Amino acid sequence: MRQAARHHSSVTEELEVIAPSKLAIEGVSKSFRSASGTVLALDRVSLNVAEGEFVCLVGASGCGKTTLLNIIAGLEKPDSGTVLADGKPVTGPGRERLVMFQEPALFPWLDVFGNVLFGLKLKPNLTKKDRRDVATYYLELVGLSRFEHANIHELSGGMKQRVSLARALAPNPRMLLMDEPFAALDALTREQLYGDIQEIWKARRKTIVFVTHNVREAACLGDRVLVFSPHPGRIKEEFAVKLPRPRDINSVDLAAHATRITKALKSFGQAEAAVTG
Amino acid sequence: MKRFLLAAAFFVVLLLIWDVAFRTKIWSPVLLPSPWQVATYLKGAAVDGTLAKATVITMRRLLAGYFIGLVVGLPLGLLTARWKLFRDTIGTMALGLQTLPSVCWVPLALLWFGQTEAAMLFVVVMGTLWSVVIATDTGVRNVPPIYRRAALTMGSKRLHMWFKVILPAALPFIVSGMKQGWAFAWRSLMAAEIFVTILTGFGLGQLLHYGRELSAMDQVIAIMLVIVVIGLLADKIFFSPIEKFLHRRWGTSQA
Repeated sequence: MRQAARHHSSVTEELEVIAPSKLAIEGVSKSFRSASGTVLALDRVSLNVAEGEFVCLVGASGCGKTTLLNIIAGLEKPDSGTVLADGKPVTGPGRERLVMFQEPALFPWLDVFGNVLFGLKLKPNLTKKDRRDVATYYLELVGLSRFEHANIHELSGGMKQRVSLARALAPNPRMLLMDEPFAALDALTREQLYGDIQEIWKARRKTIVFVTHNVREAACLGDRVLVFSPHPGRIKEEFAVKLPRPRDINSVDLAAHATRITKALKSFGQAEAAVTG
Repeated sequence: MKRFLLAAAFFVVLLLIWDVAFRTKIWSPVLLPSPWQVATYLKGAAVDGTLAKATVITMRRLLAGYFIGLVVGLPLGLLTARWKLFRDTIGTMALGLQTLPSVCWVPLALLWFGQTEAAMLFVVVMGTLWSVVIATDTGVRNVPPIYRRAALTMGSKRLHMWFKVILPAALPFIVSGMKQGWAFAWRSLMAAEIFVTILTGFGLGQLLHYGRELSAMDQVIAIMLVIVVIGLLADKIFFSPIEKFLHRRWGTSQA
């Protein structure tokens, strides 16, 4: 009887808005060996992200922002420095911090529903019905209920990223790590997703670290925008974006923010050019 | 329907050409029997049970050898894909032995096992094994790393990773390896049956062999036809549905 009662409530529990994660990164360095020698991808990067904050990392490609994201995810280990998620050191990948990759890393051998179920099946204490209910909920949240039995290759790029988002949200992580998830999409689809992601962020209360090289995108989504400089990868400047939400990517205020950020980005570019030139 | 009619017409024309060639009497009827003689043989063999018995015996040998080849080959392929040591040793050996035409195993099998069922089983296993090893290895190593990474973040590891991510991701390669293994097993079994004339059971290859011994060309051609039909049926019944599923899921082209 108690068992039944517990199961009865577990879907609602599972779908509960849980406390988002906080993140403390201290002096993280990482270098890679390449054909042309050792490259310092990250040089003593420190960064704090508050619970429920939406932080965007912008920078030119190769500035180490993706490396930092992978380190936060636990997919790579830093050479030195510490990463604490909710006060606990990150030692490997974990369900608490789910990643949305640039290329939709959806599994082609499963249909849409199967993909969203994948992470849920690895979560203990859920019945089959719970899992299905949770997956159905998230597919509805991203507006793809009608496509639950579609094959992955039948979806457009934007739909694939929506499924990726549903898959990442389904195990109810406290933090979402997004690695240029919209970079490969057309402008119209992207704009739609900016609206959706802000709504979902508000509704589901996640801490989000979002990597992009698109300054407008960063200004549109982030509470804070951190600007990276390349070679070695460092956080050079920080911008708080205090515009009301939901934000429209085409608004004039947002453009003003974006211009300031772009200026900062360009200044490193020139410094870089001066050094190498 | 149109496709079927066209195909049927093609084979009817083929039969007609054959029949005409027979009627011209350019070749001795001993060398070129008429389609009707072949059909008569087939009917006789079907009625007295020879054909069914031979087919059952051949299929039993084939399936046993093929199954062993799969069961041994799949894990070996996983090992070679996962550890360099196995790749350098077993992987290299598999690559070498795969290039060996499977009929080349027959003399060795005869000397080792004599005129026995074991000799034939050995030849079929050797025909299947190496292509399965290589296909599994290639398939696993072609799994995009992003699948592994995505699965890792969702908490998949070790056995779950192998069974729920890596193996399914490698499935298209593995299936084409299984298909190749099947073709090789079939070829090697026919070679073995033609050479190993044991008395534990007459397979199709042996019927073919005795057809030659008796200069019974109708029997030779009829058995060859049966072998072709079995090959086609195996493809249509077993591999085609799997391949169709893979094409549908993966969105790869389908002819």
